[in-house]
Amino acid sequence: MTDVLDTPLVQQSDAPAAHEEHHGHDEHHGPSGILNWLTTTDHKIIGMSYTITAVIMLLIGGAFAELIRAQLVSPNGHLVTFAQYNELFTMHGSVMIYLFAGPFAFGALANFVVPIQIGAPDMAFPRLNALSYWLYLSGSITMLLGFVTAGGAANFGWVGYSPLSDSINAPGAGADLWIGGLLLTGFSAIFTGVNLAATIFYLRAPGMTLFRMPIFTWNLLVTAILILLAFPVLTAGLIMLFADRHFGTHIFSVSGGGVPVLWQHIFWFWGHPEVYILALPFFGMVTEIIPVFSRKPVFGYKGMVFATLTIAALSLGVWAHHMFTTGVVLLPFFSIMSLLIAVPTGIKLFNWIGSMWRGQIWFSTAMLMSIGFVVTFLIGGLTGIYLASPPLDFFTHDTYFVVAHFHSVVMALVLGGMAGLYYWGPKMTGYMLNETLGKIQFWLLFIGTQVFTFPQYILGLQGMPRRMAVYPHDPQWQNLNLWSTLGAVMIGVSSLLFAINCITSWKKVPAGDNPWDAHTLEWFTTSPPPHHNFYRLPKIRSERPTWDYNHPEAPALAHGNGEGSHS
Amino acid sequence: MKIEARILLLLGLFFGAMCAVYWTWSLENAGGFMMFAAMLLGFLPGGHYWWWSRRMPERPEDNPNANPEDGAGVIGTFPGSSIFPFTLGMGAFMTVLAMVFGTWLLVPGLALVVWALLGATGESRHGGDH
Repeated sequence: MTDVLDTPLVQQSDAPAAHEEHHGHDEHHGPSGILNWLTTTDHKIIGMSYTITAVIMLLIGGAFAELIRAQLVSPNGHLVTFAQYNELFTMHGSVMIYLFAGPFAFGALANFVVPIQIGAPDMAFPRLNALSYWLYLSGSITMLLGFVTAGGAANFGWVGYSPLSDSINAPGAGADLWIGGLLLTGFSAIFTGVNLAATIFYLRAPGMTLFRMPIFTWNLLVTAILILLAFPVLTAGLIMLFADRHFGTHIFSVSGGGVPVLWQHIFWFWGHPEVYILALPFFGMVTEIIPVFSRKPVFGYKGMVFATLTIAALSLGVWAHHMFTTGVVLLPFFSIMSLLIAVPTGIKLFNWIGSMWRGQIWFSTAMLMSIGFVVTFLIGGLTGIYLASPPLDFFTHDTYFVVAHFHSVVMALVLGGMAGLYYWGPKMTGYMLNETLGKIQFWLLFIGTQVFTFPQYILGLQGMPRRMAVYPHDPQWQNLNLWSTLGAVMIGVSSLLFAINCITSWKKVPAGDNPWDAHTLEWFTTSPPPHHNFYRLPKIRSERPTWDYNHPEAPALAHGNGEGSHS
Repeated sequence: MKIEARILLLLGLFFGAMCAVYWTWSLENAGGFMMFAAMLLGFLPGGHYWWWSRRMPERPEDNPNANPEDGAGVIGTFPGSSIFPFTLGMGAFMTVLAMVFGTWLLVPGLALVVWALLGATGESRHGGDH
């Protein structure tokens, strides 16, 4: 018979038929054990699978990073050969961007949290959601399979620039596996984008108007739109690249009348929106966490939404700031557009500080990670403003300054992701993570990140090029590289601490429904939530429905501008 | 529904304006075309939502004064579990590996894809494995 997905709004409902049907299907859905995992369409299990897979990818990519840093401890490192070094930095970037950061941002926590935050029983297309996960997993395996082929993994940098990625310079199967893996994960991302947008447009609970959605959900909506704008471009580019390599076309090769820089246009037309596809979900996470642990509503709700939309709109017009040194792009246009993005990002930073201002701050691990995110992201963002200026970019392009800039940004995202895991982990598993271990992890991760990037900024300004396995004998350069490696080791140890925390905290301290006295709907249901997420829903009259329910004496007024909302 | 439509249409308008400025200034075709396509991706779903927002009754999720019971009832039918996303995913996996490891992989790959398509279609008709 038909398994009916009915809204679990039934306790206060005057629709008793739905009530009966709901309980008939509540407890057991489909097979158990491994078969349950293979056949599930529950967004919570898929979200958990995404989270675990993405964290494993983070550890794999991190291991590559540690090898790279170990090679650079001395000017003439002999840990890996030049060819292996090329594979390492390519796969480090590819694993981190394609297999960790993206899927973690819009597949893992988003998958778990977004439907619950808007009071939906599941994603709009549950089976498509499951397909997204299987494509992500198989794409990840495909890309990593390159290491077991005779020619090794892809070795042309995670950006796959032509002509380095053509069949003459990269003849091996590793390059084709890289393309194939990206095709699979790209489709996975597109399906997730469709799913998120449809869920947020069609499955919100009664009273959950767009301008009452939590900022995290808002950011995921904008992320989904960006995915739909950007990822098809990458997929098209990859098919062209594959055709160039195997079917004799000359789209990107000069010899046949093609244009190599066209690949850069296509790649970065996906690549820069991708930066915001990665960043916006993490912006959303810290925007959820900072108000909760400051015990205040978020400062400037509408400003946050406006800033997110502006970042998304501008992000499509900035791609060629990665291509300033090609000499064939319109410098003033891309410089102006890139600098403009600093304005909405600045609004966000201002609002995060405003949300903390005069709050009763509870320095939990999630809050510390969020503050670490704000600080580290500010460093990465400010150095990005320099790079948006063509004269400065000509000087620093392809040096460690650029490497340090985007590592500040992505390490901020790792801090934000950790904040999200400490914040929503109890909701996902039903058990708290250890706060002491978490705080040690935070300080190692935060200090390690700065120790890791600051020497690279200096090295970059002194002209050390990126993607080099050896460098000139210079005591200062070696010293700076040593410091950078030390930072990388601290980051690695902090990741191990997280793994240890996950294992040792398992089934120790039950979380309860709402351990943080948080604001949004996911904290209204049990931890972990039941199948179809809710037994009942509260009235939704602001963007903090759970807070309003728990604190009738201090309800949040529309968009959190009320005085009565301090606890 | 109106706000959803407005957001997408405004994004489309912005991309259109950006495309006009960029293309007339740079005469660079690749980026100009991609921005033009981005504009269409704003207008297409935006226009769809705009069309429907004027022809459908207000939904409880768009009503700021709606109560939980306004949304009660069945909102859709889905299979509680399904093997076919996994089958389709593995079929796609093998099809992609066929590009690298040999065309023979297309045989099991496409077989899995076809099986998943038939199975998922049947499942939608009969309502899953319950």
